[in-house]
Amino acid sequence: MTGNRFSAILLRAYLVLFFLYLFVPLAIMGAATFNDSRFPTVMPWQGTTLKWFDALWADGQMWNALGITVVIGLLVVLISVPIGLAAALLLGSLHARARSFLYALMISPLLTPGVIIGISTLVFWRRFDVPGGIGLSVLAQSSYIAAYVMLMVTARLQRFDRSLEEAALDLGASHIQTFRRITLPYLRPALIAAAFIAFLQSFENYNTTLFVRGIRQTLTIYIATKVRTGVTPAVNALGLVLIAVTVVGAAVYEILRRRQLRVDAARASRAAEMEAQMQAGGIPTRTAADELGAGAVPVALMGATGAPEGR
Amino acid sequence: MSQGVTLDRVSMRFGSFTAVDDVSLDIRPGEFFSFLGPSGCGKTTILRLISGFSEPTSGQVLIGGKDMRGVGANKRPTAMIFQNLALFPLMSVAENIAFGLEVRGLSRTERRRKADELLDLIALPGIGDRAVAELSGGQRQRVAIARALAVEPTVLLLDEPLSALDLKLRQHMRTELRAIQKRTGVTFIYITHDQGEALTMSDRVAVMSQGRIEQVGAPQEIYESPETAFAAGFVGETNAFPGIVHAADSEMAVIDTKLGQLRARNCAGLSGGEAAVVFVRPERLLPADDGILVRVREKTFEGSFIRVVGEGQDGVPVVAQITNAGDLPDLRIGSETRLRFHPRQAVALRPAPHG
Amino acid sequence: MAELSRRLGGPIAALAVAAVAIWLVLLVALPDLLMIDYSLRPNLPPSEIGGPQDVHSLANYAVLWSNKIHLGIFFRTIWASSLVTVITLVVCYPVAFYLAKVAKPSNAALLVLLLIIPFWINEILRTFAWYIVLAYNGPLNRVLTGLGIMARPIRWYGTAGVMVGMVYAYILFMVFPLTNAMESLDRNQIDAARDLGASRWRIHRRIVIPHAKPGIATGCVMTFMLAAGSYAVPSLLGSPSSRWFTEIIYNWFFEGGNWNLGAAYAFLLLLLCIVFIAVMMRLFRVSLADIAR
Repeated sequence: MTGNRFSAILLRAYLVLFFLYLFVPLAIMGAATFNDSRFPTVMPWQGTTLKWFDALWADGQMWNALGITVVIGLLVVLISVPIGLAAALLLGSLHARARSFLYALMISPLLTPGVIIGISTLVFWRRFDVPGGIGLSVLAQSSYIAAYVMLMVTARLQRFDRSLEEAALDLGASHIQTFRRITLPYLRPALIAAAFIAFLQSFENYNTTLFVRGIRQTLTIYIATKVRTGVTPAVNALGLVLIAVTVVGAAVYEILRRRQLRVDAARASRAAEMEAQMQAGGIPTRTAADELGAGAVPVALMGATGAPEGR
Repeated sequence: MSQGVTLDRVSMRFGSFTAVDDVSLDIRPGEFFSFLGPSGCGKTTILRLISGFSEPTSGQVLIGGKDMRGVGANKRPTAMIFQNLALFPLMSVAENIAFGLEVRGLSRTERRRKADELLDLIALPGIGDRAVAELSGGQRQRVAIARALAVEPTVLLLDEPLSALDLKLRQHMRTELRAIQKRTGVTFIYITHDQGEALTMSDRVAVMSQGRIEQVGAPQEIYESPETAFAAGFVGETNAFPGIVHAADSEMAVIDTKLGQLRARNCAGLSGGEAAVVFVRPERLLPADDGILVRVREKTFEGSFIRVVGEGQDGVPVVAQITNAGDLPDLRIGSETRLRFHPRQAVALRPAPHG
Repeated sequence: MAELSRRLGGPIAALAVAAVAIWLVLLVALPDLLMIDYSLRPNLPPSEIGGPQDVHSLANYAVLWSNKIHLGIFFRTIWASSLVTVITLVVCYPVAFYLAKVAKPSNAALLVLLLIIPFWINEILRTFAWYIVLAYNGPLNRVLTGLGIMARPIRWYGTAGVMVGMVYAYILFMVFPLTNAMESLDRNQIDAARDLGASRWRIHRRIVIPHAKPGIATGCVMTFMLAAGSYAVPSLLGSPSSRWFTEIIYNWFFEGGNWNLGAAYAFLLLLLCIVFIAVMMRLFRVSLADIAR
């Protein structure tokens, strides 16, 4: 038992070290923002300042790069989400062999180094005299981000009860109505998450964009250029802002998730309550309508079918 | 309004597997018709062929006399109750019920009025704004029925809708389904592997096995006069005494079995020398002074009757259900007794193709 | 196809097929094929493209073979990326095991969130953080010399810096596949083995690791691919003596002005990753579907 305990402590200690390793560099990067030094460092500490935030705020290049990054990100979302959705739907209706072949093809961009994706896109479009720029950046990024979207949508689609679609068709809905009213609403959470991830992936892309950007500077390109040509703690300030946005985003996500869990739990308990009530009412003697205080029931039609399910 | 359904030489193959094999059948308008068979017998495939989720490999499906080839599920006058009900989880109860009306372009107020009407009909008024997740199992069941009825189908298809319910509720729902059918007059086509459900609810039953229809008839007809060994064995409990036809005419046959010569109705046109099986229901075996000699192995006292499991000559199993009329013979375990049946209450049939 | 249009209906099926076709053909397959075609052609001025000299040959590949410096960088990239992969695996394995089999689910969820946060920030910033930490006058050197562990500061930038930065940058791509694979392992198997007297080491070697194989394969493939294909980390944390193959490729494109050579080098890098995937699939006996999840 002591051996067990010892290794458990060892594992925990390792974990603490691991998370320190994960966060200390970021903390140092953040802290360096406030050091009144020309270079981003924490040692020696030359006094606390907020001036690098001002410098960042006044950096027109940075704002320009941010703008381009956001435009590219939104366009990538617009392209990769519909493609990923289409791919997932297609995979969902195919059978074994065709499915695994197509699947392999679809995920191949995820196993291709980002620089290759950038290069092949650049070379391909040169044939049509399309130079690097926002357009090619969007296409190159979409080509692998669509695969992420496909994976996320597929994961949700696999839990989809296909009989819901059949039920809708059976009730007279057209395929388009069925898709709009049944399939799409079911997929909505996955699509929102996928759009978010797609934007994030685009936002942080460097290796691919490097080759297809033309003369455009995205935020990552801007940071990399800064670091190599004359870095100031303004870059740290930018990093800190991005971290703050991330943490707030994560917190909001967690809060929303918990709220949803509470709503679901409340519904389930309401259903359970009702079942218990009806069970107490006995099955053949009273009708569910009586339980609900609704009065007379037409015909002998509906007895107490509101009674418990087997489960 | 209701319509009949006709299957004309319908077959359905998946690769080399034949799920439905040359089935022809007339389901009458307004009838409660059940397909009864073990899982994998093709009954669900037939339901999907009628609803339009699949097209037959060959043959025709007609609804109300109209050929349905090329008519999609959403264009057919049928509505289906799915085994898992398939209620739309993201819609309220009222939206679920009115979905079929929504896609037909009815106005919001019109839809709401109709949904409320149907909620009254299924005795669940006032729950229209609930989420599906807030309903109990039985309530879901009824909402699914209301949703299907909302589109005013002429044929309602039910795919084992009671299988998820517990026993008591299931039995209760049988009466209810029957009542709805009577009230609405819609043709009900019901799929089940539960013979109790099929026999108690249906006007007529089709017994299915391995993609083929074994017999079609009223429940009592199938029980009393099974036409195939499968139908005899699958519907209700029965004794099966295999043997060889000794002699036969158009009405009766005499079969040589291990239990001796037995007489039974010749329903399958048997002739001398053929292999045959005599089927006798347990409750048709009566204590007698002569007849089959049976050694009692097990005995269950059920009050109004006694159930005896025994064996005859050469260990042939025999089950009897003896009415408790106050003069029960001595039926101790290990004792021997004699049982007899009236030849008109037994049938002689050809053995099933596979054992 | 019939199945597809019956399920989705004609118009939606057609749209879906069209979207996927555009994606896979126009954005994935054709660019790759054209890159290969490019790599087989000589670098010619625009006027001579399509002319008599514009023929396919392996000349561009021969350039790499005859250039000992580039060849050396190619092999060093392979070697260093493999090392990064192994180190990342070793670093992440205990974490994944803890998340999957030791931590309470609620704790694990929180830890996963903590893990993700650094990775929502881009690779460049993660690398930049190490750029500061590893600077010659930076905190790491100061702490180490201050504690007397080292007599004088070390130049971290270079191979050491690149390795540290890459391990840090790709942790998540290793932890997640590992955790996913381990989660499906029945805790009872571990307890049963312990009950039978197996040592901790043996439990991992005989039960946990074999079960986590697909996850290990996935994590290694992702990490190797990202490491070999990284431009950000070596360009920030490297030194002239630790050049990465991607940097050579970049130079052919934007400094050497020879796209054809660049394409040839790029294709070799792609081939390297494909070979690595094939080796991992063989080694761990997993399918592509297992790897890419």
